[in-house]
Amino acid sequence: MSSLLDVRNLTKKFGGLTAVNNVTIGIEPQSISAIIGPNGAGKTTLFNLLTGIYKPDTGTMMFDGHSLVGLRPDQVNAAGMSRTFQSIRLFHGMTVLENVMVGMHSRLNISLFNTLTRTAGFNRQEVHVKQKASDLLRFVGLAGKGDEVSRNLPYGDQRRVEIARALASDPKLILLDEPTAGMNPQETVDAMALFRRVRDELGVTVVLIEHDMRVVMGISEYISVLDYGQKIAEGTPDEIRSNPRVIEAYLGRRAAGVVEPETSAEVN
Amino acid sequence: MAVKSSVQQNSRAMFRAALKRPAVVGSLLVAYILVAVLILNSLDRSNLWFPFYSTLTFPVLVLSPFIILAAPVRGWFKGVLVAALLFLVIPYLGMRDSSYLELVIQICIFAGLALGLNIVVGFAGLLDLGYIAFFAVGAYTWAMFTSGASTVFNINGWLVSGSAFYLFIFLGIFVAAIVGILLGLPVLRLRGDYLAIVTLGFGEMIRVIANNLDQPINFTNGSQGLFGVGRPPVPFFLRDGVLAVESALGLSIANVDPLSQQLLFYFIAIAIIGVIIVVARRLDNSPIGRAWTAIREDEVAAIAMGVPLVRMKLLAFATGASFAGAIGVIYAAKQTFVSPESFSLIQSISILAMVIVGGMGGIRGALLGAVIVTMLNLLVLKNLSLQINALRNIDFVIPIINYHIRDWPTQLEPAKYERLIFGLLLIVMMIFRPAGLLPEPRRRMELQEKDEEIVDEEISSEAGDEQPVVSAVRPDAEQA
Ligand SMILES: Nc1ncnc2c1ncn2[C@@H]1O[C@H](COP(=O)(O)OP(=O)(O)OP(=O)(O)O)[C@@H](O)[C@H]1O
Ligand SMILES: [Mg+2]
Repeated sequence: MSSLLDVRNLTKKFGGLTAVNNVTIGIEPQSISAIIGPNGAGKTTLFNLLTGIYKPDTGTMMFDGHSLVGLRPDQVNAAGMSRTFQSIRLFHGMTVLENVMVGMHSRLNISLFNTLTRTAGFNRQEVHVKQKASDLLRFVGLAGKGDEVSRNLPYGDQRRVEIARALASDPKLILLDEPTAGMNPQETVDAMALFRRVRDELGVTVVLIEHDMRVVMGISEYISVLDYGQKIAEGTPDEIRSNPRVIEAYLGRRAAGVVEPETSAEVN
Repeated sequence: MAVKSSVQQNSRAMFRAALKRPAVVGSLLVAYILVAVLILNSLDRSNLWFPFYSTLTFPVLVLSPFIILAAPVRGWFKGVLVAALLFLVIPYLGMRDSSYLELVIQICIFAGLALGLNIVVGFAGLLDLGYIAFFAVGAYTWAMFTSGASTVFNINGWLVSGSAFYLFIFLGIFVAAIVGILLGLPVLRLRGDYLAIVTLGFGEMIRVIANNLDQPINFTNGSQGLFGVGRPPVPFFLRDGVLAVESALGLSIANVDPLSQQLLFYFIAIAIIGVIIVVARRLDNSPIGRAWTAIREDEVAAIAMGVPLVRMKLLAFATGASFAGAIGVIYAAKQTFVSPESFSLIQSISILAMVIVGGMGGIRGALLGAVIVTMLNLLVLKNLSLQINALRNIDFVIPIINYHIRDWPTQLEPAKYERLIFGLLLIVMMIFRPAGLLPEPRRRMELQEKDEEIVDEEISSEAGDEQPVVSAVRPDAEQA
């Protein structure tokens, strides 16, 4: 199996709570996969482990042939895996364009000497960075909004900026944490089209955490289900839909209307 | 009545329109500077009211660059005016009265420090309360190698001559940057208040080291300080120039040599500030500057987007430190005396206050803050005290209320209330302009934002084995 991302027996405990419990997941190159599960199932924690924000207690994570264990978040980004956040984490005071430009950091030649002397190479790089950032904004459907301060954008657009910023480092794989949360139905449909284009046109593998079943079933080719930190099922959308454990643990609970109460301060 | 008000409105509109015309604004600016210069030129030190008048007029002149830069005139015209101010007007006034020159040099020294601290606090958002330590490092670097005190350098004949000064500016930059990195490495993993407290401790540490490094080997001469610090030799053309101007304008300069020396420091300070401004602007407007802003706004997002936190923070720390190092070398040479007292916590706080008053994050703001706070300390309060003393000496009586200035208690001299007034200024600023006088747009928004979100976060550091917590209040409602 030549997975792009190969996670094995990953475990992360917070005190007495096992947020991620012995999880094994493989992600095929050029695929769109979803990770689903009830609130608190450990989905975001899994992303945080992958991107180096948390260190796993045990387990291995191989990405593109290299181990991710022990890498800092910036090194993971440089290795080709980028992400968005469940609660939008834009640089709110910076312009939309600047946000995307920051996303390119790991691909740039950062030299104090070049910066201070403004070498031709530095100027060329700056032109390129601006051009590429505005190309990416056009790609996510925000052409012409580059000069706006990002905190002034509507919510759905902010999610798009986050995606553009994550794409700026030319990742091989992008992790989207509830990318359609807070979007209206039309925005959700547009966002699904965008995720497909990210894969089809840019060739970036997409992994998304989603609660919206229309999105999950609509675009993912492969689904993994987490519950209480454990992977309880995986398969194609059709397999997941008919999996009794999933129905019980996840869809069932929802269908019965027993949605877990909203916590005010949630960890993402 | 209606007719009258419409005429009034009309003329007001015309006035406004005229104020948008570059030619009109340009002439107004020139007139503004000329009037200030003429008034200062006509002031006479022996006049009873001299302190009062000079306090009123000199700030007007020193603040004029900010007005020029903000005025709607062409860029080249601004450049010409500022250059004329820096290279003609101020040197001329300095020749007439060298205390003006002294004040401007002090302003430049603090402006350099404010610009350096602005990199650390304003750009990268790292609250550093021990910034003065790097200034001390620069000052001691030069002082140790030139002081006449019986240090190990003096005894062993390791002293250098004054002409090594320019080389030592670079050495000061280098040494301060190294110290910045060494101090930064252990502390930059901390955030916010913790970082502030630890940097405060490190700042005090440098001062204590300077205080105690006279034994067993005498490096710093301890609390007595290093006296007789070397100065750069005055180039002959500068002295000749002063003499030429003196005879051409019919001035009578009492002490040509000290004046030439002061002028030299003035030009060195201006040059250094110029370089610092260019460096700060280029950094701000580059991937490095954007990374700093990103760190300031959201560390977690920044590192997840590929910004190496520790390295970029160290770079900010080292850059800020290197500015202070260069300025420290100049300061030591200008004062010819360096002692641990000059580098106390209150100095760090003063510089921070400059950055805050001016407007954190902006270069022009930091400069303005430095000008205002330095003038308040060294000109306004001091001159008010002088004025009161002058009036006391001639037994001046305020008419009508019949108050003898002589009766004004000496405890209430304005100069003694420097810190109080300083504190009041900061409080007033925080109430009415929390983002500073010339706020940087981003910063202004950030301050507004702080009210809305209560974010408490940490991030995993490479070394730490602690449980990192990344949490945030989630703004969105669940969509399920
Ligand atoms: N830093 C932390 N410290 C302590 N507990 C944590 C931390 N991060 C997450 N948890 C806990 O781990 C569990 C999994 O959280 P996680 O955020 O991964 O859930 P999730 O699947 O993303 O849920 P949601 O759908 O609500 O986003 C939760 O019980 C959460 O409270
Ligand atoms: Mg989550």
